[in-house]
Amino acid sequence: MLKEIVRGLSTTFRQIFEKPVTIQYPEVKRPVRPRFKGRHILKRYDNGLEKCIGCSLCAAACPADAIFVEAAENTDELRYSPGERYASTYEINLLRCIFCGYCEDACPTEAIILGDNYELSFTDRRSAIYTKEMLIEPVKPGGKPTPQKVEPGKFTRSIPDMQDPQD
Amino acid sequence: MGVEQKLGNMGVVTISLENAVNWARTNAMWPMLFGLACCAIEMMSAQSAHYDMSRFGMELMRASPRQSDLMIVAGRVSRKMAPVLRRLYDQMPDPKWVISMGDCASCSGVFNNYALVQGVDEVVPVDVYVAGCPPRPEALLHGILTLHEKVKNEKMVKWS
Repeated sequence: MLKEIVRGLSTTFRQIFEKPVTIQYPEVKRPVRPRFKGRHILKRYDNGLEKCIGCSLCAAACPADAIFVEAAENTDELRYSPGERYASTYEINLLRCIFCGYCEDACPTEAIILGDNYELSFTDRRSAIYTKEMLIEPVKPGGKPTPQKVEPGKFTRSIPDMQDPQD
Repeated sequence: MGVEQKLGNMGVVTISLENAVNWARTNAMWPMLFGLACCAIEMMSAQSAHYDMSRFGMELMRASPRQSDLMIVAGRVSRKMAPVLRRLYDQMPDPKWVISMGDCASCSGVFNNYALVQGVDEVVPVDVYVAGCPPRPEALLHGILTLHEKVKNEKMVKWS
């Protein structure tokens, strides 16, 4: 019997020297998987124009009705996106969003992608509604902020030409 | 401000009662063992060794509402469950806090139908909403840290 006790306790004491598996969360963050879906990001082209053309296909695809898009017309003096229209209001209620990625699939210009930010906790429901300013990514170096002034006749398509679509 | 200037460097730390009580409350906030749906799986995961909620003073989930300070509403609340949830909340001793974990508890998410309560804040006052469907264990921990920040800023006049 003594042999069994020693054997059992040796297993217990061996654990003292094991490294703890706990990830010290707020300081150390476990990297997310490549296909993880977190908070949305609205993308821009390299020249700073917004990819979103305000077509509301993401809002139509959303199973939770979390997205609200309102479109307005582009002009050559005030140009936000290369298409005919742009999203003047873009709101996502992150408390409704289930992070399914259907908006990402529905988007014809690959304007919306789901990023890897999952730290979304709010003290009231109103602050869970993210507006376009909070979702859109910053202008890349070399780009200009929107609205831009462009020469007439440069952007004529209602939906911009996709250079090399990913899917 | 007061005493410590007169005492000089005697190794005495003074703190306002408000801060001391709020510090104590944030560091021993026991949640209730109470899961409603798939978010509860993530809540259990947040308790497990990899995430270890007891690092934040949530040593163990209490199965009795009389012994718990925090209610994590993990999952969708059906209309039939709502009175039970309210009763459990009423049985918790003050001070008590509520985290609405996930989309279903916060505003019913995809389930916009007659069977579910459209947001648990119709039934109980919610302190922190955690987004996600379901939220990762880290997201729940982030919600708990948000709640800690909120509790640390509570004023004495608000204590019930």
